[in-house]
Amino acid sequence: MSRQLSGLKAWVVQRISAIYLAFFVLLLIYRLLVEPVANFEEWHAWVFHPLNSTLFLLFFLSLLFHAWVGVRDMLIDYLPSFPVRITSLVSFALVLTGLGVWILRIMMVYR
Amino acid sequence: MQIRMPPTAWVSIAHRASGVLMVLSIPFCVYLFGLSLSGEDGFQQSINLLHSPLVLLFGWALSWAIGHHLLAGIRFLLLDIDVGLSKDVANKSALAVLAGGGLLMLLLFGAWI
Repeated sequence: MSRQLSGLKAWVVQRISAIYLAFFVLLLIYRLLVEPVANFEEWHAWVFHPLNSTLFLLFFLSLLFHAWVGVRDMLIDYLPSFPVRITSLVSFALVLTGLGVWILRIMMVYR
Repeated sequence: MQIRMPPTAWVSIAHRASGVLMVLSIPFCVYLFGLSLSGEDGFQQSINLLHSPLVLLFGWALSWAIGHHLLAGIRFLLLDIDVGLSKDVANKSALAVLAGGGLLMLLLFGAWI
């Protein structure tokens, strides 16, 4: 049904996003746990440092794609009825898109 | 008919379940992220929220989810490039993932509190 993100493409996207997510999550955990953020200024400056904000945006992009492939696999596995499956897939895609826009707003408005 | 559930099966289904848990938590996390960056007040509110009882409970589950999903994911990626395919190694790595996931959960949640 969906030619984009089908089969091999989805598999590759999921793996590549997984590698980046693993890298970023470990980085985030290290930063937040090993040297915790003391106050708003430090936090804000760190997130919006040019390199970091780029890494964050890449993180959110990877996260949304990774979540899409994962959930899509599950919906395909557990929903045999076509109308139910297609509705769920489209709804979830819209939710992810909405989250993407929300994240973009945060990164643009709060800098 | 009974289906056996060896450790490798548990790792697999827990990987899926932890994924779902994290996906469901994305909206709240995005909200918290935005709140923390909105200003001095917002930052303080988000810190308070992070330590509220309900969020702490949920955070415990999330700490496990992150730990397990990450380790199980790495195990799957290694299997993709044919590392650890033999039954013996696969079983051992599955147990390691389950144990490691628990450990990471304690670590992350410990630091969270």
